[in-house]
Formats: sequence, structure tokens, C-alpha cells
Amino acid sequence: MPTAKAAKTPAKAAPAADAYKKLGAAKLLKIHELMVRARLLEERLIKMSKGGDGFFWIGGPGEEAFNVPLGLQVKKGSGVDCDFLHLHYRSAAIVLAMGAQPIDSLRQMRSVGTDPYSKGRNFVNHYAIPELNVVPVSPTIETQYATAIGTGIAQARAKTDAITVVNGGDAGTAEGDFHSCLVWANRPVLPLPILIIVVNNGWGISTAAATQHGEKNIADWAKVFPDMPGKTINGNDVAESWSALEEAFAYIRKNRKPYLLEVKASRLYGHSSSSGANRIPEADCIALLEESLVKRGLAKVSDFKAVWEREAAALDAAHKQVKSEPFPELETVWQDVFADGLPPSYPTKGGS
Amino acid sequence: MANMAQAIRMALHYGEQNLGVTEIFGEDVGAPLGGVFTATQGLDKAWNAPLDERGIIGAALGLAWAGGRPVAEIQFVDYIFNAIDMLKLAANGHWASGGRYKTPLVVMTPTGSGIHGSMYHSHSFDSIASKLHGMKVVCPSTPLDAYGLMIAAIKSDDPVLFLKPKALLRSKGEELIPGEPADEKLLHGMIDAPLGDRTKWKAMWPKLTDYTVEIGKAKITHPGDDATVVTHGRMAPICLDVARRFAAEGKGSVEVLDLRSLIPYDWEAIKASVKKTGRVVFVNEETEITNFAEHLIRRLVDECFYELKVRPRLLAGKATPGIALSPNLEYFIQPQAKDVERVISESLADPA
Ligand SMILES: Cc1ncc(C[n+]2csc(CCOP(=O)(O)OP(=O)(O)O)c2C)c(N)n1
Repeated sequence: MPTAKAAKTPAKAAPAADAYKKLGAAKLLKIHELMVRARLLEERLIKMSKGGDGFFWIGGPGEEAFNVPLGLQVKKGSGVDCDFLHLHYRSAAIVLAMGAQPIDSLRQMRSVGTDPYSKGRNFVNHYAIPELNVVPVSPTIETQYATAIGTGIAQARAKTDAITVVNGGDAGTAEGDFHSCLVWANRPVLPLPILIIVVNNGWGISTAAATQHGEKNIADWAKVFPDMPGKTINGNDVAESWSALEEAFAYIRKNRKPYLLEVKASRLYGHSSSSGANRIPEADCIALLEESLVKRGLAKVSDFKAVWEREAAALDAAHKQVKSEPFPELETVWQDVFADGLPPSYPTKGGS
Repeated sequence: MANMAQAIRMALHYGEQNLGVTEIFGEDVGAPLGGVFTATQGLDKAWNAPLDERGIIGAALGLAWAGGRPVAEIQFVDYIFNAIDMLKLAANGHWASGGRYKTPLVVMTPTGSGIHGSMYHSHSFDSIASKLHGMKVVCPSTPLDAYGLMIAAIKSDDPVLFLKPKALLRSKGEELIPGEPADEKLLHGMIDAPLGDRTKWKAMWPKLTDYTVEIGKAKITHPGDDATVVTHGRMAPICLDVARRFAAEGKGSVEVLDLRSLIPYDWEAIKASVKKTGRVVFVNEETEITNFAEHLIRRLVDECFYELKVRPRLLAGKATPGIALSPNLEYFIQPQAKDVERVISESLADPA
């Protein structure tokens, strides 16, 4: 069990080569498969956006090496005894690793009536999965860091080892909600078991982080809170991500205190469809993983090929299915306005 | 008779004892103060939050998602504006998630003028609150309604914004709260925190019982035939007083409808009364640009045009950037009893 002090030392270099061997071929291949599933899904979503089979796309290609290990280490389920997740729009690999199905993301992209996350109301990659404690993802940058406080309080009160996980981007940390989360998670009267993740891809939409942020590392915000470890890691490396997450989860589960984890990762298709969603020449974590596995003799190139083909075929079938599904009925806009139904005299004409 | 602050406190106590309220929080809500208007004194589950309105609403939302029924306070509605994003999330979460996440939370906040609060302790928020679609909004004008509406708000599976008219928090009602001792001094000794050292003080609660004022139901506080006054909150007792005086002085039979709920509003009650009288005056203390009652007037014009004998009128606050401290200015900006008298008289005198 790392102590708060030990954990405060930032990782210096990528873990030793045997970190991969320690994880073992079976687990690494499982991770690889999920990373490929997430990547192909995002690329399909981009294609749908460009091809008129949906509208705006925003997602997380480039973050799979961190997000898949995160999804696999979550204590899955619903209620305070399981981990809560307050995610943002680059989290597909997390929810897929937790068992969400790619077809449901295609449904949300096409905004068909079968979209289980929002009934055709919200952008793609905006989940709401109560069975997995994935609370509604909102397009509002950083508000998830404020709502994380609430599930964190519920879990701090409960007799449980479950924790709250929140993620978002680097630019958003300028918002007050990020600092709300830091302050509330470190209240001396009730510290909160929250894994506070910031994925640092170096960009807002088009604004370079270096032009707006004088912090050396975002994780340095942890330095003012004596009981909150802070760490910066290379999120393009599966083994480093896995072990950093293991350490952070273990610390929070046991100590019931927060942990700030900054994850350096690639943004492989730019910000979103609004910036073109074209491939950017940054480090590709899947290629890096495949290289590491082959180099260590843990897998062969042909193994990977089979995975890519299998996942692509499954996605083709899912896409075909979604194309046959109807768009939402107009009256459904009146569903879910209130939990107890629409009052009979609620105005529904939109004017006179 | 209990005052409105005591009534709210008793409802919250009933909620923490019987309705699963486990968190009542906000700025200075816990001991020793128990709220700037004393509405949370002596409660088991009340605690002090950091001075962070966005964090407070975010925490409430997270707690609701985690299965709780939190009650959060914004110290003055004047300071709720920086939390609008969070209120929107609370309001739209059920709809955005396709009905998968309910958000049973209560946000209570003192509203309106009448305590010489000047620019930042006099705001009203009605029309903005009414645009947080998915949020229920209530505003009592008597202690008994405050008690019943708070219990209804706690039981509701929807988010409820509970507006507490500042100027009425110390005012007493004409009816006892179920379980309230008839002797006012006795109640004071039981549930009001003493001045000075409070560290050893504990409230002695009367045996309270369930009493619900259904959200969405207005109340006729004074029946009448010649004109209808639709009002709520601070203006409701003023309108009631004027109607009583008009009746006593033979100036006209004025029906006063206390909305109690702004969203959903009791359209059937408004319509029924206006159909009976043919004359209507809307009275509230929010500024006239743009006023919640304007929506109600538009709907009346649409649906009851031929039943209206004269033009509907609105008495509202003047659209100044703030409410001024100097009493002559405050009374000029905000509607007063003499203005209510004038506008009702004018409506009664309008030729049909
Ligand atoms: C409150 C708010 N402000 C602005 C936006 C528009 N917007 C969407 S994404 C984005 C950049 C976010 O950058 P960062 O936080 O680094 O996350 P990243 O997208 O890089 O993962 C902006 C400005 C928004 N969605 N919400």
C-alpha cells in the first residue's frame, strides 16, 4: 500500500519492461481487444458523422490505453457499494470495458428511438447507465467534477470500499468546478473517496494548454492538500496506466481520501467533427501496445489482425441493424420531463 | 403560531425522521448558526458546506443520483446565479437520460425583497426558475403551506426549487402545523436555539405528522366574484389583506388565488377563477421585463379571450438593475399594498 507521501512522487519514466510480463498475455490481449473495439467504434462514429448518418461527433480515440484499464478496474454495478463514474465525452473505451455495447453508441449517434442513453436527445458518447453507476454525461465542460462531490459524500458515509471516479480534460481545469471538487474532496470533516482524473491532451478545442496554463503539471494542484496524492502519468502506455490506476484505486478504497491523477494522452482525431475529425500524427497507443506485445513475444501480428477483423465485422452488423431502427416518435419529447408525468394542463403547443 | 422559518425547520425535521433525508446542507446551515434565517437550527442532518454555490448544487445532484433525498440551501437567491448550469443539469437530467436517472433533490433559497436588503439580498428569480424546465418550483406564503410544500418537495422524485419569501420567514400564520403546540412560547423554548453558547443545546421536537400540500395546486385564500388576483410569495398576504379591506369597505369582491407552485402552475384554478370574474390582476415582485405572469396572461388571452371582460393587468417590480436600499426607492421599485389597491381598483373600474 503506497502512502500518501510515496504516491506524491511523480512517475519518472515508463515502468520497467517486465510490467507487461507481469500483467500477462491473457489480460493484455483482453485489453487490446477492448482498445480495438473502442477505436473502431470511434472511427465508425466519425464516418457516420461525415456521411450524414448522424451529426456532431466527439469522442476519445487516443485515450484507450488509459480508459480500458480504468473501465476494467472499476467495481461495477449500481448503488453506493459500487463505483460511480462522472464521465465526459471521451469515455467510450471506459464504458465498453465495463460491458456497454457498441451498438448503443451507434444508436445515439444516429439519434434513433432505441438510443438507450438519451432516447435520441443527446450527442453521441453522452451516456446514462444506472446499472453501471455511469451518471448522465453532460456537454457542459467540468460540471461532472461538481456532481462527483455528491456521490463521493454518499460513499464517504456508507460502509463500503466503493469510490467515485471523475474524468475530464486539461482545459476544463480552469473552471471553478474542478477546484470545487478539490476543495470538497479535501474537507477535513469529511474527505471524499474520489479518483479525480484529468486527461491532458495539451489542448482545449484549438487553444494550446501551454498558452493558458502556468501550472507545471495539473497534478501539482494536489500539493496544497496534504492527504491527496497527485501523479502525472503517460496514458499512452497500457502497463503504466494499469499500475497507476491500481495504486490510485487501492489508496482511495482503503484510505477513503481523494487522489489526483493527470494522464498525458493523444488526441488522435482532433477535438471533434467541428474541427474535421481527421487523423493527427500523434502517438497511437494501440500501435504501441501491439509493438510491446510482439517485442516481448506475448502475441503475434496475426493475432491482432484477427481481432481487428472480428471487431470490424461485429460493428458492420450492428450498424446495419441500427440503420433499420426508427427515429423517435414526436410525442416522446413529453416523456421524462417530470418523473411523475406531465401535468394535464402543461402547455405543449409551443405558443398560441 | 410557528413562523415560516420554524415551519420549514419542522418539515425538515419530519423529513430527516421519516422521509429519508440524510443531508441538509449549505452555507452556515449547520451548527452553530442553523441558517441565516434559522430555518435549519437543531436538525440532526444539517451541516456546513464550503462557500461554493456550484459545489452545493453539484453535491445535491450527486447525492440524488446515489439514491438520497438531499436538501441543499443557497443562502440567498441573489447568489444562485452562478449555479444556473448546475440547476439546469438537475432539471434536465431525467429527460437527458431518457428517464433513467431521477433527481429527487430540494434546493431551498430565500427570495425577494422586503427586508431592506438592497441590491444583493432582494432579488426574485421566478421567471428564470420557470425556465429550468424539468424543475418544479414552489413558493409558499404561509407557515402551514411552507410545511406542506416542503414535505411534498422532499417526497417528490423531481428536483424542486423551494423559494422562501425572505420577508415572510418571520411571519406567523393563521393555522397551526399538525403537531405544533398551541403555545408559541413553548414552541420557541423547544426548537429555537438559544443565544450565546449552543454547544450543548439540542432541539426538543414536537410530535409532528405528515401534511402534504400537493405541488401544482393553488389555493383560493379569499373567494370573490368581481375580479381575480393571481399572486404568490411575499405579495400573497398583501393581496389577501387588500381583498379583505375591499370586501369590508364595499369596494368589490376580489378573489385571491395564491399560486403556491409556479411550476407546474395550477392552470385550471386560474382559468376557473378568471372565467368567473372576467377581470384579472397578476401581482408579483419580480421585474416586469420579462415576468413569469406574462406567460400566464398570454395563455389567458389564447384560451379565455371571450371570457375576459377587461384587459388583464400586471403589477410587478420596476425593471431597474437592482433594488435600492433607501426605503423610498425600494418602495417605489417594488409593489406595495397601495399599488395593489390601485391596480385592483383600476381593473374593477375598467369598462367592460
Ligand atoms: C462550460 C463549457 N464551456 C465551453 C464548452 C465548449 N467546449 C467543448 S469542448 C471544449 C474544450 C475542452 O477542452 P479540455 O477540457 O481540455 O477537454 P478535451 O476536449 O481536450 O478532452 C470547449 C471549450 C462547453 N462544452 N462547456
